[in-house]
Amino acid sequence: MHKSRAVLALALGLAIALPGCSGGGEGKSGAVQITNVSYDPTRELYEAINPAFAAYWKKKTGKDVTFRMSHGGSGKQSRAIIDGLDADVATLALAYDIDAIADKAKLLPADWQTALPDNSSPYTSTIVFLVRKGNPKGIRDWADLVKPGVEVITPNPKTSGGARWNFLAAWAYGRKAGGSDQAAETYVRNLFTHVPVLDSGARGATTTFVERGIGDVLIAWENEALLAEKKLGAGKFQIVAPSISILAEPPVAVVAKNAAKHHTEEVSKAYLEYLYTPEAQVAIARNFYRPSDPKISAQFKSTFPDIPMVTIDKDFGGWRAAQKTFFDDGGVFDRISTKK
Amino acid sequence: MRRSTTESRALQVMLIGIALVFLAFFLLLPLIAVFGEALKAGIGPFLDAVSAPDALSAIKLTLLIAAISVPLNLVFGVVASWAITKFQFPGKSILISLIDLPFSVSPVVSGLMFVLLFGANGWFGPWLAEHDLKIIFAVPGIVLATVFITFPFVARELIPLMMEQGKDEEEAAISLGASGWQTFRHVTLPNIRWGLLYGVLLCNARAMGEFGAVSVVSGHIRGETNTMPLHVEILYNEYDFVGAFAVASLLAGLALVTLVAKTVLEWRFNLHGSASH
Repeated sequence: MHKSRAVLALALGLAIALPGCSGGGEGKSGAVQITNVSYDPTRELYEAINPAFAAYWKKKTGKDVTFRMSHGGSGKQSRAIIDGLDADVATLALAYDIDAIADKAKLLPADWQTALPDNSSPYTSTIVFLVRKGNPKGIRDWADLVKPGVEVITPNPKTSGGARWNFLAAWAYGRKAGGSDQAAETYVRNLFTHVPVLDSGARGATTTFVERGIGDVLIAWENEALLAEKKLGAGKFQIVAPSISILAEPPVAVVAKNAAKHHTEEVSKAYLEYLYTPEAQVAIARNFYRPSDPKISAQFKSTFPDIPMVTIDKDFGGWRAAQKTFFDDGGVFDRISTKK
Repeated sequence: MRRSTTESRALQVMLIGIALVFLAFFLLLPLIAVFGEALKAGIGPFLDAVSAPDALSAIKLTLLIAAISVPLNLVFGVVASWAITKFQFPGKSILISLIDLPFSVSPVVSGLMFVLLFGANGWFGPWLAEHDLKIIFAVPGIVLATVFITFPFVARELIPLMMEQGKDEEEAAISLGASGWQTFRHVTLPNIRWGLLYGVLLCNARAMGEFGAVSVVSGHIRGETNTMPLHVEILYNEYDFVGAFAVASLLAGLALVTLVAKTVLEWRFNLHGSASH
C-alpha cells in the first residue's frame, strides 16, 4: 500500500514540521506592536482610532506601529490578562476589571487610575432605555419599568460589566425616589421580577431585544442603544433618556509589566494619551461614546442629551466597594435574586 | 428488506415518516437556514465576508490546527490501538478508559485545564514566562486543546476493529520472517485502512469545529488566534449576520463533505467484508 505509506509519511512530516513554524511572529521589520485587550462594543471605535494613531505616531517618531485587538466580555478579558494574555493596554468596561489585574496579577500599580485624566476614562457613556418604535408601553422613566405587563431586558450583573452599570443606575433611581437604600432595594428587586431572561453579556441582551424581539425595554449602554437605533434597526427603535442615570466610565490603562517586557511602554502610553486629543475625541463621539473633552462634547450635543448622573466614586464609594456590596457572592444582587 | 417484517405496512410508513420529519426539522432546516442567511444579500457580500482579512486568517488558522492535530492523533491512534489489541500488559484497561477521557470531559473544562497548567499563574506559567515561551492565548495552546479534544477519534475507531481481527495474521507474518514494519505495512494497514480513514475524517471534522476548549485558550486576538468557529461567534455578536453565516456555511460545507466522504468509506468498508460496529 504505497498510498497509505505516503499519507503516513506526509502526516508525520507535517506533525514534525508545523509546530516549528507556528511560534513567534513578533518584531517583523522593527515595527512596534501593541496588543489592546478590550471589551465587546469597542470594536468599531478602535477600528477608527488605530489607523489614525498609527499615522500620528509615524509622523511624530517615524516608526510604524501595528495593533493586535482582542474583544470579549470585560470580566472575561480581565481574567485572560491575569492568566497571561499579554496585553500592552487594557481598555475595559469598568475600573473594577482593571483593579482585578492590579490586585491579582500585580501587572500594574494599584493607583493606575490616576495615570491619565478623567479617572483614566477618555470616553464615557451612560445607561439609557431602548424601546420599540412609538414607545407602545409609554416608557418615560424608571418607574414605568415596574408597571404590570412591562418586560425588561438587562444582562446578568454577575457576568456583564454593562449589567452592573444598569443595576447601579436603577439603584440610584430607587434611592432618589424613595429616599433610602431600603427603598432602592425594594425597587430593584421589583425591577428584576420584570426581567424574563438574563443574558450573560451586553451584546447578548441587545441581540435578545433587537433580533429575537423579546421584551418591551432594553436597559443598555447609551453607545449600544445608539448603535441599535441608528444602524441595526433604523426606524424600529427609539431611545428614552431616564430622569437619572449613572456616568459609566470605561477606563484605559497601560499594563505596565507586559509593556516593559515588550519594550512598548512609550508607544502604549502615547496611544492612550492620543485618545484625549480632539481628533480621537471626534472619532469617539462618532462611535456613540461621550467624549471627555467638553468642547467636542458640545459639538455633539444633539446625540448626547443632558441626563442627571450619579457617579460610581461619589455615590457608591468606588468600584471595589460597589463590587463587594452589590455583586460579590452573598451581596445585594444575590439577596434580591433569591428571595422573591 | 431482506426478510418480511411482522409490522403492518401502515406502521412502517408512519415510523419512516416520523424519522423523516424529525430529520427535516432538526437537521435539514437549520442547514438550509445557514446557507440561506449566508446568501441572503447575494453572492457578493458572501464572498466579501469569507475573503475579509480576519476571516482568511481564521480559515488559515483552522486549517493549520487541523494539519497539526490530525496527523498527531493519527499516529497516536494507530500506536495506541496497536498496543492495546496486540499486546498484553498491566494497566491496559486503564489506558482504554483514559483514551475516552476527552469524550466525557466538558470542552470548557479541557480548556481550563490547559490554562491551569500553562497560564501565567499555572503550574508551568512562571517557567514559560522566564523562557519567553507562549502557549496559552497563542497557537500552541489552541493546538494542545484541539489535540486533547480529538484524541480518542482514531483510537476509538481502530480498537474494536483490530480487536475483532485478532493477531493471527500478524503472528503468521512474523513466523514467516517478516519484520515488524513489514508486518504493519503489508498485513495490519490493509486490514484497518478504511476504519483508519473514517477515524481521521471524524477527527478532522472535530478539530476544525471545536469551539469550547479553543475559546478558553484562544485569547481572541483578531487575525491571530481566532479559529473559524470563534470567528463566527464574533461576527454574530457584531451584528454582522451575513458574515457570520457565510463563515458558518463554510464550516457546514466542510461537514457535508466529511459526511459524503464518510458515507462512501462506510460503503466500501462494508463491501470489503469487514464487520462494522
